[in-house]
Amino acid sequence: MTTTRTQARAPRVGESALRPDGIPKVQGRFLFGNDLWADGMLWGKTLRSPHAHARIARIDVTPALAMTGVFAVLTADDVPGSGVFGLEQADQPVFASGVVRYVGEPIAVVAADHPELARRACEAIVVEYEVLTPLVDSQAAITAAAIHPDGNILRHLVIRHGDIDAIGDVVVEGIYEVGMQDQAFMGPESGLAIPDDDGGVQLFVSTQFVHADRDQTAACLGLPPDMVRATVAGTGGAFGGREDICLQVHVCLLALRTGRPVKMLYSRDESFVGHVHRHPARMEYRHHARRDGTIVKVEARVVFDGGAYASTSSAVLANACCFGAGPYRVPNAFIEGWAVRTNNPPCGAMRGFGAVQTCFAHEAQMDKLADALAIDRVELRLRNALEPGDTIITGQRITGTAPVAAVIRACADAPFPAGAELDPDSESAPMLLRPGGAGRTADARHVTRALGFAVSYKNLMFSEGFDDYSTARVRVEDGIATVHCACAEVGQGFVTLAQQIAREVLDIDEVVLAPADTHVGSAGSTSASRQTWMSGGAVEGACRLVKAQMEADAAAGTVQRVYEATFEHHHAPTQRLDENGQGDAHVSFAFAAHRAVVDVDRDLGLVRVVDVTTAQDVGRVLNPVQALGQIEGGIAQGVGLAVMEELVVDQGRIRNASFTDYLIPTALDMPTVTVAALIEEPEPGAPFGAKGIGEPPTISSTAAVAAAIRAATGRAVDRVPVRPDDLLF
Amino acid sequence: MTVLAPTDLDGALAALAERPDATVLAGGTDLMVELNFGHRRAGVFVSLRRVRELREWSRVGDELTIGATVTYTGLERGQIATLVPALAQAARTVGSPQIRNAGTIGGNLATASPAGDTLPVLSALDAVVVCASASAGRREVSVHDFLVGPKRSALAAGELVVAVRVPVLSGPQEFLKVGTRNAMVISIAGVALVTDAARGGLRCALGSVGPTALRAADAESFAATAVEWPSRRATPEAAIEFGRLTAGAARPIDDHRATAHYRRHAVEVCARRAFERVTLR
Repeated sequence: MTTTRTQARAPRVGESALRPDGIPKVQGRFLFGNDLWADGMLWGKTLRSPHAHARIARIDVTPALAMTGVFAVLTADDVPGSGVFGLEQADQPVFASGVVRYVGEPIAVVAADHPELARRACEAIVVEYEVLTPLVDSQAAITAAAIHPDGNILRHLVIRHGDIDAIGDVVVEGIYEVGMQDQAFMGPESGLAIPDDDGGVQLFVSTQFVHADRDQTAACLGLPPDMVRATVAGTGGAFGGREDICLQVHVCLLALRTGRPVKMLYSRDESFVGHVHRHPARMEYRHHARRDGTIVKVEARVVFDGGAYASTSSAVLANACCFGAGPYRVPNAFIEGWAVRTNNPPCGAMRGFGAVQTCFAHEAQMDKLADALAIDRVELRLRNALEPGDTIITGQRITGTAPVAAVIRACADAPFPAGAELDPDSESAPMLLRPGGAGRTADARHVTRALGFAVSYKNLMFSEGFDDYSTARVRVEDGIATVHCACAEVGQGFVTLAQQIAREVLDIDEVVLAPADTHVGSAGSTSASRQTWMSGGAVEGACRLVKAQMEADAAAGTVQRVYEATFEHHHAPTQRLDENGQGDAHVSFAFAAHRAVVDVDRDLGLVRVVDVTTAQDVGRVLNPVQALGQIEGGIAQGVGLAVMEELVVDQGRIRNASFTDYLIPTALDMPTVTVAALIEEPEPGAPFGAKGIGEPPTISSTAAVAAAIRAATGRAVDRVPVRPDDLLF
Repeated sequence: MTVLAPTDLDGALAALAERPDATVLAGGTDLMVELNFGHRRAGVFVSLRRVRELREWSRVGDELTIGATVTYTGLERGQIATLVPALAQAARTVGSPQIRNAGTIGGNLATASPAGDTLPVLSALDAVVVCASASAGRREVSVHDFLVGPKRSALAAGELVVAVRVPVLSGPQEFLKVGTRNAMVISIAGVALVTDAARGGLRCALGSVGPTALRAADAESFAATAVEWPSRRATPEAAIEFGRLTAGAARPIDDHRATAHYRRHAVEVCARRAFERVTLR
């Protein structure tokens, strides 16, 4: 135990504390899930469907089982508990039996003493398929023959608000599409299962929601939850893609069957079929406004392609619809949303969670409306900006902070950073920083610069009645505080914040974090921009209980060797949306504005995003460096969706399942990020007044970049990611 | 898995002769991807990393001989970049700095991908590939004959790319590559254009729009007369026509990276721009 750290006062809340895992990660010493190792362990490998839709006529595992060094081959027949799992609805088979519904669906797993042998054993398994026509059109899925016993409609949600027959002086319409984005986390799916003597199992897994993993896995194993002891392994990014389970049940089944530790590690191409993606969406919009720019009504019909299984499609669709009119006063709305099942890859959670897709559409509509009314685009947004006390289209009154006008003004009025001026000295710009980059395709005269603006909002925490509480246990002993919380650290920086909060409340410098595991109560999911609020609040609450004990003892003149307390933090309760999509469904909201400056090569249709300037509603900044990190990272992901990130799916098959062809921004694609303002209006009910900040940077940055490209080219840009052909032909 | 690590060229050729099933490993930037994706399985590899004579380059008169394991970084920086600028420009478009530190020009040739970034430049330069094997000794093959088809070269079993010979020309050179990311991207169209002031002409080759690098013969013939040599003066209309003729040489396909239509268009635009850069009004 080191004592040198305590000499300087360690950073408290509001300071840029360094990540405890930062230096080990940079030095390559941090243990990620793929580094997991146990003596005598076997390697698990998954046999997957090559077909998007097929009947399984026969499976014969005997050739694989006969191979020396193969210890188990398991199929649907070997699942002792529930044969299906799912975060919201258990509809996804642990192993396909009878029918496969997407390319990459697991059919069997093998455990062998070498990964290459496990792969060969998978190849040796005989599966006879009767190939069926895949259902790949999300619109057709609404009425097509069901491809699953639960039907094709994952959710049909209608929001009726105000007078749905209201008509404005000016009407603008549009049809918009968003392609399938991938989370593209760096650390592929990985896990290690070790059988316990009592028939239970230890599971170490890269995840963002360890208790949900534990509960679903236990149900499939036919074990009580407390016999699955799950620990978050070093997790290399998540962005929503690790909220659903993937290999958890498989690796535990293999460990329990063989009585030996078993490790599974997905390859990169396997990872692309091993987790859910962002829903592709098709969105039809109609906005009505008065001549003075007041929005009268928003009508929309959105169809989200959920792929083969439910995952979180229902909640994603709710977000898409609830926030589908944008952060504006919209007195009348009719929004119809469909999340449907197809034989495409399953889709679920990804940073922004439904709000990203409809933001792209509603912000394009706001620009269209401004142009139709001959009102400045920023001014139109200001005139309609939500304020505290306003009612949103689900009938919920905003009781917390809503600095919408503040983020719009700060972002729109920010000076352009050097190099991103609208009238640049482009001859002097290095060729590498023009569209085309290292390819040296553009000279200055081929490039047009333009700007775009977009605003967004989204809920914080889970909605619609979900009690997504968090738990923390805090122990003080020998002047050291130990925080035990199951919050999954996936890169967001909770490990830093937990230390800062504990130091702040306890006034103790040395704070140690216990492993995030199921030996403490649930922390809920690391998603929905919720962990600072939920688990931050749990740590704060537990620390306050400990502090109260210590102060009471001090007042009584006694002292204990150990102080310990556990605190469960719940947010305010919410309601399900009713049959008209109305109800107090959300806890709190966060708002952001983005202004993008882009350069477009008019003849080649290539784009370089030069700068993204943002202002964001954050409640309170708890760690300035981490806040900036979330904003820069979120904008990178938003820029990626705008100009390059798309899984190309053809008849249900992903054509670009590699980082060679699934492109994410490089340093030459990343714009400068300019934070015009972090609006700090403390949110009532939030620990330290802080709102979550992880998702908003991703939501309207895409829409702002698209708007800028639209301005540069005069093209419709009604689909993201923007492809060169869309700007030329 | 067996990795043989000869320390000289004779040793490498002997190893290849003894193990005809062996795969040559140079920078590994293609091979490791194939292994990782399971397109190729572990077996016997002959690593060229320790073969010093393959890492060297030399100039004799107006000809450069570039050893097969000279890396993209080696092409991108230093003297080669001054002598054959288009080769340096093409090398810069390959992957990341780490990939360019590892990947080699010999590997680019031997892999013979239609999207190989240096290949259009080597084609435009009428490069000569020096091959060798233990049984047949050395032979020299024109790059046009060396590149046979997609991922197919004229290398015989047991034969190694030893070096590539390119001329040092006087006159500007250009390499333009189109991808949908500003760096680290597989080419969806590439245009190499080299001028030869001494002989009064220019040569143009295309990447990623055919089974191998393609020469734009009609465009070259047009430029021989449409450009005033040696002043390199040309009209704006000539640039447009040059782009159109170059696009005519493309034989692109549709795939998940781009449409054939866009590839042909990109060739036209890039050829026009390259022409404008190497000529004067």
